[in-house]
Amino acid sequence: MAKHETPLLDQLESGPWPSFVSDMKLEAEVRAKNEAGIEFQIPVDVVDDLMGVLELSYVHGRTHWKHGGIVGVFGYGGGVIGRYCDQPEMFPGVAHFHTVRVAQPAGKYYKADYLRQLMDIWQMRGSGMTNMHGSTGDIIFLGTRTEQLEEIFYELTHNLNTDLGGSGSNLRTPADCIGSSRCEFSCYDTNALCHFLTNLYQDELHRPAFPYKFKFKFDGCPNGCVASIARSDMSFIGTWKDDIRIDQEAVQAYIGGEIAPNGGAFKGRDWGAFDIQKEVIDLCPTECMWMEGKELKIDNKECNRCMHCINAMPRALRVGQDTGLSILVGAKAPILDGQQMGSLLAPFVEVNPEDDYAAVTEVIESIWDWWMEEGKNRERLGELIRRAGFQKMLEVTGIKADARHVSEPRCNPYIFWKEDEVPGGWERDVKEYRKHHKR
Amino acid sequence: MALPDNAKEMVLDYIEKKSKTKSKFYLKDFYTIFPDEGPRTVKNFINKLVGEGILEYWSSGSSTMIGLKGAGKQAGAEGE
Repeated sequence: MAKHETPLLDQLESGPWPSFVSDMKLEAEVRAKNEAGIEFQIPVDVVDDLMGVLELSYVHGRTHWKHGGIVGVFGYGGGVIGRYCDQPEMFPGVAHFHTVRVAQPAGKYYKADYLRQLMDIWQMRGSGMTNMHGSTGDIIFLGTRTEQLEEIFYELTHNLNTDLGGSGSNLRTPADCIGSSRCEFSCYDTNALCHFLTNLYQDELHRPAFPYKFKFKFDGCPNGCVASIARSDMSFIGTWKDDIRIDQEAVQAYIGGEIAPNGGAFKGRDWGAFDIQKEVIDLCPTECMWMEGKELKIDNKECNRCMHCINAMPRALRVGQDTGLSILVGAKAPILDGQQMGSLLAPFVEVNPEDDYAAVTEVIESIWDWWMEEGKNRERLGELIRRAGFQKMLEVTGIKADARHVSEPRCNPYIFWKEDEVPGGWERDVKEYRKHHKR
Repeated sequence: MALPDNAKEMVLDYIEKKSKTKSKFYLKDFYTIFPDEGPRTVKNFINKLVGEGILEYWSSGSSTMIGLKGAGKQAGAEGE
């Protein structure tokens, strides 16, 4: 029988979706039976108490968690988030319920064996509950006691070659899509860049350096499978400079029905024959495609990388060959000014592992220097950009403004020039001026 | 520029002066002690003091603060 009565939680199980309540009940049962003979290092009924405190929060309409603390592992200023219950007598199993962030491998490539080893550590030394790749993106171990933190850290680093992730005012665990390791759309090796920058910026990951959190995410192409444009302060999205490659024979094969469009995604119902005009050309947001006889034409300079045509006909259309990445900055969730998507900062940056990605790190470090100096406490990069102006950011990064930085027509009619932007500066030859303009 | 020899004392003095109202500080608060130094230099120095056990980090999960070790609410107050 359950340790605590939880009628309100039980009700959540009745909905149409898989329920976290069912998962917790299952884990509570597994721990109670302990068929695997695990030597639990924290209370066996931690999950029962977690359900109990959650039920109480629902009854009271307020939380019973205290947020934050000084817990951590030696030498690190992130990766562990202190959580304490304010009803420890009633729920001793969750008196301490700290969160541990764990860095995932680039591209989230796992072997079953590795996942089992992770869970072996966590079931013995923690609650056994995780938040695998939720909105934060990394592996989150939910709930352990302070005395287990160093043990978990030691075992992760020494036995699994796995580091803690980022939390607090640090660089957060960088995340990427599978990139060119498995995806033909990828314009750069996201795994290599993510891994390289994770190693390069170890100090920023583990020792608080910033006014607030800072996130990197890497998308190999504009399909954005990790949604970096919405989820990271600095988003790296693969792109290309040259033309989309067209295989006209394959285009005809799609039109003739020999190749299923969208990788065969629409085959459960009678969707009718593929209509390239209706399903591809007319859906191009910049209207840059057309048919000339049997040839598909693309005005590449108008392409805004929506990826629709490439997704619909992947065997006929491929990304260009002169590839690199675009850097967008400033995405964030609400708090101040509402949520923001990333704004394009560097339209095309070379991705060159030979020179340690110098073009990429140059942009990163110039942005960090500015934000560390000018950012207010708890101010995200996106908020600083709004406060100081996009123009100021271009100035500090040394990136020249161009049309691709413009998101909307200007609403302020005034142009404020700086002296060095005006030929001759502020000094004028009055005599020369008076030759053409009388008093 | 290098930090002055008495940088540690300057940090401790700063914390002492503010101790009536605050026990935890943002990293940026320490920049004001060394206005001529870059943020990275100050960050590295503060981190060194944490490593030496003079200061300690406090994290809410989303942002991090720094205080004198033992000052303010401690783990002991959480039943540890």
